[in-house]
Amino acid sequence: MRWNATQSAQTEPEAQARDLDDRAQFVGMRAGIGTTAGWKPAVHQNGLEAHSTGADVSCSHCGLPVPAGLVEPSASLQFCCTGCRTVYDVIRGCGLENYYRLRSADDRAARPASVSGRTYSELDDPTFATLYVRDTNNGLKSVELLLEGIHCNACVWLVEKLPMIASHVVEARLDLGRSLVRIAWNPARGSLSTAAAALDSLGYTAHPARDTTARELRRREDRKLLIKIAVAGALAGNVMLLAFALYGGMFTGIEASIETMFRYCSTMLGVLSLAWPGGVFFRGAIAAIRTRTAHLDLPIAIGLSAGAVAGVVNTILGRGEIYFDSLCVLVFLLLIGRWIQRRQQRSAADSVELLYCMTPSVARVIEADRVRDSPIEAVAPGMLCEVRAGETIPVDGVIEAGSSAVDQSLLTGESQPQDVTIGAPVCAGTLNVSGVLRVRAEATGEASRVGKLMALVQRSAQESAPIVRMADRIAGYFTVGMISLATFTFGIWALWDVSRAIDHATALLIVTCPCALGLATPLSMTVAIGRAARRGILIKGGESIEVLARTGTIVLDKTGTLTEGKAMLLAWHGDESLRAAAVAVESCSSHPIARAIVSASRETQPFPPVTNVRQIVGGGIVGQVDGREIVIGSRRFLESRGASVPADLGIAADRALADGCTPIFVASAGVAGAVAVLGDPIRADARQSLDALRKMGWRIEILSGDHSRVVAAVAERLGVPAEQATGDASPEDKLARVRELQGVAPAISRCFSADRPPRDIELHSQAHPLIAGATGPVIMVGDGINDAAALRAATIGIAVHGGAEASLSAASVYLNQPGLSPIVELIAAGRRATRVIRMNLCASLCYNILAAALAMTGILNPLIAAILMPLSSLTVVSIAVGGRSFSARSDRASLPDGVRGGRSVASEPGAQATGLCARETPLASSATHSVSRLTPLARARGSDVSDARASDSAAAQGSNSLPNGGRA
Amino acid sequence: MSVIFIVLPLAFVFALLALLGFIWATNTGQFDDLDTTAIRPLLDDEPAGRGKKD
Repeated sequence: MRWNATQSAQTEPEAQARDLDDRAQFVGMRAGIGTTAGWKPAVHQNGLEAHSTGADVSCSHCGLPVPAGLVEPSASLQFCCTGCRTVYDVIRGCGLENYYRLRSADDRAARPASVSGRTYSELDDPTFATLYVRDTNNGLKSVELLLEGIHCNACVWLVEKLPMIASHVVEARLDLGRSLVRIAWNPARGSLSTAAAALDSLGYTAHPARDTTARELRRREDRKLLIKIAVAGALAGNVMLLAFALYGGMFTGIEASIETMFRYCSTMLGVLSLAWPGGVFFRGAIAAIRTRTAHLDLPIAIGLSAGAVAGVVNTILGRGEIYFDSLCVLVFLLLIGRWIQRRQQRSAADSVELLYCMTPSVARVIEADRVRDSPIEAVAPGMLCEVRAGETIPVDGVIEAGSSAVDQSLLTGESQPQDVTIGAPVCAGTLNVSGVLRVRAEATGEASRVGKLMALVQRSAQESAPIVRMADRIAGYFTVGMISLATFTFGIWALWDVSRAIDHATALLIVTCPCALGLATPLSMTVAIGRAARRGILIKGGESIEVLARTGTIVLDKTGTLTEGKAMLLAWHGDESLRAAAVAVESCSSHPIARAIVSASRETQPFPPVTNVRQIVGGGIVGQVDGREIVIGSRRFLESRGASVPADLGIAADRALADGCTPIFVASAGVAGAVAVLGDPIRADARQSLDALRKMGWRIEILSGDHSRVVAAVAERLGVPAEQATGDASPEDKLARVRELQGVAPAISRCFSADRPPRDIELHSQAHPLIAGATGPVIMVGDGINDAAALRAATIGIAVHGGAEASLSAASVYLNQPGLSPIVELIAAGRRATRVIRMNLCASLCYNILAAALAMTGILNPLIAAILMPLSSLTVVSIAVGGRSFSARSDRASLPDGVRGGRSVASEPGAQATGLCARETPLASSATHSVSRLTPLARARGSDVSDARASDSAAAQGSNSLPNGGRA
Repeated sequence: MSVIFIVLPLAFVFALLALLGFIWATNTGQFDDLDTTAIRPLLDDEPAGRGKKD
């Protein structure tokens, strides 16, 4: 936000300078270098002069344009911020400049480096060690850490040079795709925290990789599948070699003993291939039969078993065809299809995992007056925790010391931060906005409110019906068609010759085995998911894509989804001249309201000096400016201090209240002179996105935990009918509403009362198309913990950029781009992807019909089958890869103007300079921005500085774009 | 052509050896990360000593 203002505000050099200035200030604090901690309004008075030459100078470290004010004309190296300078110095100091040579021009970091200067002492905690650290057999210890800031190939080189910087580190291996580094170190020579601090000094922030067991499990499954593919491939290759010989023998003659041997060898290898790697399909088919659902494995298994039985019988009898060459290749190709699909979905899941791991895993525990970083898992009820401004409160508890404002929007949807003081209860997962708090833990982990909500999420996941894939739906008809055709063929041919009837029926079953179908859908999905990921839309499961092509209801959360999720100054009524004084007074406070007023300041003059500032918790702020007493706060606060409020301002304030905003009065010398209207602004692209979605045929509904009044005001401005906007909805209400819209609630309760497996629900809802299809699929869009259960229960849950980690794990789609326009993009692309899939199904059906016709008439011989099968696979593969699902141009064209905000930085560097993206700066894009809501850790990097304001301003600005004033 | 009775099983043995090699490689984690490995050969190590300044 700020960065954008910096770049576009050419006309306001002073504002720009000031902006840069306080950023430089807090960067200095964060990095623990440079500036002193005295953040005073006085600093603003010697602001920088903006130079006009900024745009074409790029930072020597990150390659982003250097802000005009920071260009040093004489220097050969230019830096956009202190973070980059620090990292550059470290890299040079360690003799690692090669990094800059290895990096190609396109590989530039999408954001400036940030050095948090944290000590990472929590990594040395015994609890952390038992959770994540493993002993290797040669006396070393190893751990996996997720790194924030990995962006290019050169990062691999740099990170793996870690042993040069931290001598106790024996090896560092980076997995680029997952941003996961495995560090092996010698515990006798140093600690893990120093290694993490060394990585930090290179500009990579380390987070412990949670879910170690889940990842280990996934890895083992991956390896197993890969081995199966290898076995299937080896067997298929050998059987093919034998088949070539046999086909050759068919034309040129072959010795009978050799032919028999080859046939036996083929059968042996073929049966092995079907039994081991091919076993997956039989297991899938059996599961499908047991749950009486259609699954693509079923027709595949029928084809495979028919071929295998016929092949074995023919081998033993020494006549007819053995089909093992086709069958082995089939198994091989189908397994490859699965592997590709798995890999793609995994990479989306990995990206989400990185975001997930950026959430705080550290709590600051106070023991015997000493503050100690402890892993969050080690905090027990009764412990006293310190929570600094900008951090997420780690536990449910009661405040023992300090007062602050707490932003509960992620937990409750409430848009206004609540003032809290000693004795007030606070919930884990809420954000401490302004002051330092000491919280006595009452409930932690699963017992906390968040933990209970997560349990609700899990329950709703169990209860929600899985999406039936199109391929699986078709598989049912396919199976029926296959078997009836085979029976028909057998019946007709049996009139003449029973043995030929068996041959032809078997051939039919084999050639109609839906190989292309099994390969086509996963491939099309994979391509779509991969392209979506490149555009910042992370799709966890391919099934979602098919749902997007239909129409139904989109339920949107308000706070943080339709709106920005933070208070901003929307209007200023009354005396403009009071504004400078108000900004000056509020700049001494870190309350969210104060920050909103200060950040909206367009003053070009230096702040007037402020004296005697007093902040009254739950009321407002008072200060002396130019000898006048300025009182800022609610009406009640003003009146309690004897200030009178003129009628016109009262009316303006009432109007603001009716609009769902918060009026803040500013009084000078005992008379209120102005009203600042603060509210949570609607996202710039919200209206256009909703209109686009409506045009596509989706019904829009708003479901929020905020006050009904506020929700109604937002709905009105977005053109959503009042009856489709619900406020005051608890997480449970949201879940219930989503269920109600899906129309499956009664079915589910009945299914569960009968204690039937969840899979039956699907059957049940399918059996009643009227119920299931009443409103179509339900898409839930949200950002908070309070949305998580609804996100999980909805047909598709979409977590928006900057959401809470709970919503990340619950949603099936995560938008890594700000704004709502990606949803429009997603749905448009979903339609195209589905079209590609349909085309593919069509193509493979055509092949199957052709092959079936040949088999039924008895023309088909194994050679033709062996040619037809790869040909059909090749067709579907080229359709899948060539199909335009998320291709850039068609996407752009299909979007209305103005809905195109927030493109990825890498693809459009020009956008940075021009500030094209309406609400979000390109610099703040991707993971970095989400950090500002996700990770208090990343935000409160001023943790080493005792001044709460350091972390405060860090919170305000996110963890990005930190230009250095070049002067302290 | 009776040599084929010896050569064919021998070929299978070779195939089996290759397969075992692959399985070993998979189980030692050599295929866990296919993206980074592709890049590593391109990242030259510098000659001994502190790198040259450029």
